[in-house]
Amino acid sequence: MNVLTANSGVFVDGFVTTLQLFGLAAVGSLLLGTLLGVLRVSPVPVCRAIGTGYVTVFRNTPLTLVFFFFVFAYPLLDIVAISYFTAAVVALTVYTSAFVCEVVRSGINTVPAGQAEACRALGLSFGQLVTAVVLPQAMRAVLPPLVSTLIALLKNTTIAAGFSVAEAGAVRSILSERGENQLVVLAWVALGFVIIVLLLTLLQRLLEKHWSVAR
Amino acid sequence: MTNALFDAPGPKARVRHGVYSVVAVLAVAAVLAFVGYRLDVTGQLDGNVWNWLQYPRIRQDLLAALGATLRAFAAGAVLALLFGAVFAAGRLSDHAVVRGVATFVVELFRAIPLLILIFFFYYGLPAAHVEMSPFTAVVAGLTLYNGSVLAEVFRAGILALPRGQGEAAYALGMRKTQTTRFVLLPQALRSMLPTIISQLVVLLKDTALGFLITYNELLYYARYLGAQPVLHRPLIPVTIVVAAMYIALNLLLSLLATYLERRNRRSSKHIGPPAVGLITVPSELG
Repeated sequence: MNVLTANSGVFVDGFVTTLQLFGLAAVGSLLLGTLLGVLRVSPVPVCRAIGTGYVTVFRNTPLTLVFFFFVFAYPLLDIVAISYFTAAVVALTVYTSAFVCEVVRSGINTVPAGQAEACRALGLSFGQLVTAVVLPQAMRAVLPPLVSTLIALLKNTTIAAGFSVAEAGAVRSILSERGENQLVVLAWVALGFVIIVLLLTLLQRLLEKHWSVAR
Repeated sequence: MTNALFDAPGPKARVRHGVYSVVAVLAVAAVLAFVGYRLDVTGQLDGNVWNWLQYPRIRQDLLAALGATLRAFAAGAVLALLFGAVFAAGRLSDHAVVRGVATFVVELFRAIPLLILIFFFYYGLPAAHVEMSPFTAVVAGLTLYNGSVLAEVFRAGILALPRGQGEAAYALGMRKTQTTRFVLLPQALRSMLPTIISQLVVLLKDTALGFLITYNELLYYARYLGAQPVLHRPLIPVTIVVAAMYIALNLLLSLLATYLERRNRRSSKHIGPPAVGLITVPSELG
């Protein structure tokens, strides 16, 4: 307990940064992932190919490598200088989008064909059909796996600690300089994550109860 | 599937799709061209930053680094499968105590970020006078995390089988062990295999975390090589090569998973719903 109370500032700062990373990357990857998911079911073959290519590349690349690229390699290209925090958000977004895309796509597949057929009979365009009818139902159907993806994203934010972002994973290195027992420090950090994951799981259950589609 | 979302395009739609295609291709080409242009301007395409590829010694070291990655993968995969099997059996046990302990362990290690687990073994345990090499720490972390996920995969696979299978085996007078070994597992394994292999892809990707605790794997070597002034600091070329290696390895495993899944769907021996559809999605993220 001493470790926690004596260094509460470091712990709080760390978890706040983690939650910021998580929030920004979650919003970013939900947007990009949904866009990619729509691309993957679009009538235009080239768009489908782009979506598939993106997913194939990023699902098979270690997140650490994506971080490695944005933190070490990207600055050498001299395009726009970005901070470590921005680099981490971008890396997490780019990586998680591929997984969100797959979830959204599987959700679109759960929507009965009659829905889309009815839309076409009413004369809706593909864009209208997707945004007004199919996606709202698809998103509700895939809510649990979507939240699971976000939980994985939360856990993945710790990798940013290895790339100069002072978030919860970096609490250990900060406190090791103060001579704290690292075993205890890491146990507290782990507990913090367990609590946040539990909260997200509760949220998942709650949303599932409210929004799940009865079929 | 998705073909219900749009009609077969008529003449007008074909023209419109043609326009969209051209725009999309141009957009992607523009991005790639811009990256290529930046690479060129910043001198990353010059011959001297790529020279390192010609040194036999460096190639050997690169292969050795790849070997280190694969070693961690192999050890982690075998141990995680064992861990998963043991704890899945624990979660399916008839004894409430065993079930409770197994559930607690599995849920705990699934909730802790893998990197924190690895840090725990590498930085934390020395405080308790247990020293671990980076290799052991990485393998231990991979085993606990992926083993827990695999335990859930195994359990879900067995529970997804029709109840009648187990009931019929019991009716024939088989014990629980016999039922599981001879009736449930052979069928469940068949439908779980794609999911298991997807999880192994995750495990392979996660070996890259070893980079953060100075395990001499592929990414660590890439960082080392990319900082060599003698070789003109070829960080970007090295990153490109290493990324290609990771993607190729994972793609091979992913293709195997897709192939098995397709074979499953065709097979007449396949019983029950195809594995644990929704569980694969989150777990694959690693």
